Amino acid sequence: MAIEVKIPTILRTYTGGAKTVSAEGTDIESLFKSLDVDHPGLRGRLIMEDGSLHRFVNVYVNDEDVRFTGSLASPLKDGDSVTILPAVAGGAR
Amino acid sequence: MLTIDRATYDRIVAHARRDHPDEACGVVAGPEGSDRPERFIPMLNAARSPTFYEFDSADLLALYKDMDARDEEPVIVYHSHTATEAYPSRTDVSFASEPQAHYVLVSTREDQAGDTEEFRSYRIVDGVITEEPVTVVPFYAPANLDIGAVDT
Repeated sequence: MAIEVKIPTILRTYTGGAKTVSAEGTDIESLFKSLDVDHPGLRGRLIMEDGSLHRFVNVYVNDEDVRFTGSLASPLKDGDSVTILPAVAGGAR
Repeated sequence: MLTIDRATYDRIVAHARRDHPDEACGVVAGPEGSDRPERFIPMLNAARSPTFYEFDSADLLALYKDMDARDEEPVIVYHSHTATEAYPSRTDVSFASEPQAHYVLVSTREDQAGDTEEFRSYRIVDGVITEEPVTVVPFYAPANLDIGAVDT
């Protein structure tokens, strides 16, 4: 199952500058493991040490934020497009 | 250095004042690699908080799709601090993930009265904050129009 993954600027150091890469997976968890094989270190920027999705990134399957569809367990099907974006946030503290 | 036109500068400050006491946030997009902040895009603060801001996740995706289709990038990422100085907080630094962007902070705290608003700009790269000067110009000539040198 080939899934197209859009990579944000800040993580393109892991993809040789590529904006879009192809990876395999039946859910986000397995997709990120597949991504990490071709682009070592990338998964570590997306997943925290406790195994959950990092607070600083948003991940979308097509147009759906995976936080609302099961997070890392969100299922993928052939032809899906995954977009990774850094959250834009901050504050006074 | 950040070079910004007067109208865009004023719109950022107006947005910060309008949303006070909540933090205001947004982007000024420009052609990729141009370093020209041309298209002002105020965003909703999904946190609606005086101490935190976050772009709504659906709005964020729509924004990046739109910029991608126009071959743009975020040249400025701005937000306001409503009770503290216009200097990046630890949270700001931990979230900062556009190394090519100018991070603009505007303070709307009470002792910043009148026309001396606190408007400051920073680069935030790998957790390191570097303040930079801000130059306000009357306007930008369109990038595709060669009008030659203009005395101002």
